[in-house]
Amino acid sequence: MRALITEPPDVCLLGVRNVSKVFPGVVALHDVSLRLERGTVHALVGENGAGKSTLMKIIAGIYTPDAGELRLQGRTLRLSSPRQALHNGIAMIHQELNLMPFMSVAENIWIRREPVNAFGLISHRELRRRTRALLERLRIDIDPEAEVRALPIAARQMIEIAKALSHESKLLIMDEPTSALTERDADHLFAVIRDLKAQGTGVFYITHRMDELFEIADEVSVLRDGRYVGTDSPRNLTRDELIRMMVGRELSRIFPSEPARPGPVVLSARQLTLDQQFRDVSFDLHAGEILGIAGLVGSGRSQLASALFGLTPASCGRVWIEGCEVKVDSPRAAMARGMAFVTEDRKETGCFLGLSVLENLEISVLNRDFVRFGFVRARAVTQACAAMSRLLGVKTPDLHERIDNLSGGNQQKVLLGRWLLTGPKILILDEPTRGVDVAAKAEIHQLIARLVAQGAAVLMISSELPEILGMSHRIMVMHEGRVTGILEREQADQVKIMELAAR
Amino acid sequence: MSQALAQQTVQVASGKRPRRFPPEAGILMVLLGLALAFELLGWIFVRQSFLLNEQRLLVMILQVAVIGIIAVGVTQVIITGGIDLSSGSVVAVTAMVAASLAQSSDAVTAVYPSLTDLPVLVPVLAGLAVGAAAGFLNGTLIAWTSIPPFIATLGVMVSARGIAKWYTRGQPVSMLTDAYADIGSGAVPVMIFLGTALVFHIALRYTRYGKFIYAIGANPQAARVSGIHVARHLIVVYTVAGTLAGLAGIVTSARAVSGQAGMGMMYELDAIAAAVIGGASLSGGIGRITGTVIGTMILGVVTSGFTFLRIDAYYQEIVKGAIIVAAVIADQYRHRARGHGA
Repeated sequence: MRALITEPPDVCLLGVRNVSKVFPGVVALHDVSLRLERGTVHALVGENGAGKSTLMKIIAGIYTPDAGELRLQGRTLRLSSPRQALHNGIAMIHQELNLMPFMSVAENIWIRREPVNAFGLISHRELRRRTRALLERLRIDIDPEAEVRALPIAARQMIEIAKALSHESKLLIMDEPTSALTERDADHLFAVIRDLKAQGTGVFYITHRMDELFEIADEVSVLRDGRYVGTDSPRNLTRDELIRMMVGRELSRIFPSEPARPGPVVLSARQLTLDQQFRDVSFDLHAGEILGIAGLVGSGRSQLASALFGLTPASCGRVWIEGCEVKVDSPRAAMARGMAFVTEDRKETGCFLGLSVLENLEISVLNRDFVRFGFVRARAVTQACAAMSRLLGVKTPDLHERIDNLSGGNQQKVLLGRWLLTGPKILILDEPTRGVDVAAKAEIHQLIARLVAQGAAVLMISSELPEILGMSHRIMVMHEGRVTGILEREQADQVKIMELAAR
Repeated sequence: MSQALAQQTVQVASGKRPRRFPPEAGILMVLLGLALAFELLGWIFVRQSFLLNEQRLLVMILQVAVIGIIAVGVTQVIITGGIDLSSGSVVAVTAMVAASLAQSSDAVTAVYPSLTDLPVLVPVLAGLAVGAAAGFLNGTLIAWTSIPPFIATLGVMVSARGIAKWYTRGQPVSMLTDAYADIGSGAVPVMIFLGTALVFHIALRYTRYGKFIYAIGANPQAARVSGIHVARHLIVVYTVAGTLAGLAGIVTSARAVSGQAGMGMMYELDAIAAAVIGGASLSGGIGRITGTVIGTMILGVVTSGFTFLRIDAYYQEIVKGAIIVAAVIADQYRHRARGHGA
């Protein structure tokens, strides 16, 4: 399929040629080529971590590619900053909004480019006039003088779009622009996008929502594991075909296949609810079982995990651990019940960057063991940590190495080790192999399987369907905060999960 | 391809690491360098040795001992990622309260005429309690309202200064008992400084209390997930810092044999400077008591050195400011060189 796009007969708006990008420990993009025509919407789809955002950030000048080139209307384009991209008419609207809440709409849109009067001072009248003209052109009904923080999310999204267009961009990148919008706002956005198309603007459009892709896109390209899979018109594709292209990786990687020996129920949850995060979540988790939780980003999976562990307790619902009803309202309470939680974001809520491997390993177990009269029994704890580090195969010169200097996979092993030292009965793993290289990934999978074989109960959240399918005994699928189905391993496949997850 | 690349990265990460020096090595060199510079300048300009003078060495440490005691507490606060601006004012309040309970019966206008000639333990415990209370207030404000430490301790700093003045309507408290004055005489303040430094050096390195401080400073969210009661621990740390500021207040009033509402002015900044020169990072997670002790000594050497060379005090402040900034710049370069990619 790639052969089709090597030599374009005509000049396209943007050509991406053989672009690769490597981050420490992972290859984010591998030899990807794409083209975007003038006046079209080109959708990019793929699982989380497929490389869509990385590719878009390269086009927007945020990352520089390690190999390959970009061609804008036939000219080679080298970008070293987002500002240069803007100069070349490329604007990106980010998923997380980048507006200054205490400034007005007009000030946000024209920041650094404010019109000035004869004295070199900002001309507020001209600023207002320009903003009004821009917003009218986009049929956005927002007061240019309003403070951004007072506006609803949908309006902010529109302001981001207006800001991007104020640069007279010919190429617009939208990263899941509708994720925070209601259907009506989304329809408005689509109308605006159609206007832009008519004016010749090219749009790259990242989305997880299949329906809107069929509504708005002229072409759709699929990325998988950082590689280009193919491009086609949505008219020629069915939903199922597209999903298959997204996940169609073979399950060739050997997942440990421990026989399912479900023991007694260790944890059961009934009607757990947390406003705006998840509703009426009920499930049972058995000893010696991996219950996978699948769902798209924003489905409430991680919030459910945080709630179970007492970080942000659920507002309603009941939880039983080993038959006793419990109220877990803090991580300490969760730990006292034998729970452990490896969080989704290693940097934000996992690692103590700047501290050593040892200090990262020992911290959770110091609450209980290895302490006498407040003094840490250094030798004993170091021995235990060294043994754990060996067991997990952490690659580090010694335990005193700063954790920052380890690869993502090794950091992840250290975090797992931190919790294994506490001897947990219930292990909640949120994206246990995100950003981890292939070799470490397999090792982590083996390790989880071993723990389960020894009777631990594991709740595993993952955005990678092969991981979910390969590891789990049962799979719970969530969509917009609700459980849309619990599948037995035998009846589950990627298409079924995606259907439950994407609705 | 991707596997090969991944393995390459792992190898880079586990490659040979340069020999590790204690982080204080650099700052210790600065201390020795400064001392030697003054020694040299001493022989050239005043024809005297700077270091080979027991009296001068004692004074050198004595004049920064109070700053050092405060700095031991402030270092712990800084490692949690916080700051304590209230310590100077807490020194004043403690000095006033402790002194008012340490007056001898010779005092003509005692604050509490019926409470004179008390055993020395009373003013000392009262002073420590006042310091602890101020620290507890700091910690509670920070932990339970989650306002920035800078603001919470700024508020306490201003109010505490006011309380110190209000306590005796601005009148100094004098005529203290000999036993109380002994706390500030001779080398006792230096002993107290080095004693507290030793205790908290051990606490930071070998106890759970210390381990949790570093963890909270390095990543408060991860600390919470790891089961650390972050709010409670912060309250403890600020209370410890307050208690040490109280101890500094006791020493200050004992040395002056009086309590004055203007005591401890700007001490908080000197203490922060000592900790920062000693390698503590205001972004949290990094810092050591040994570094802070060396940082305190550097302040002492600079002060004594300038006096010794009979240079105006103005220059002394200018140089002190430059040293603080230079220390942090040097530290940042060191971190950038060491923690590649961090």
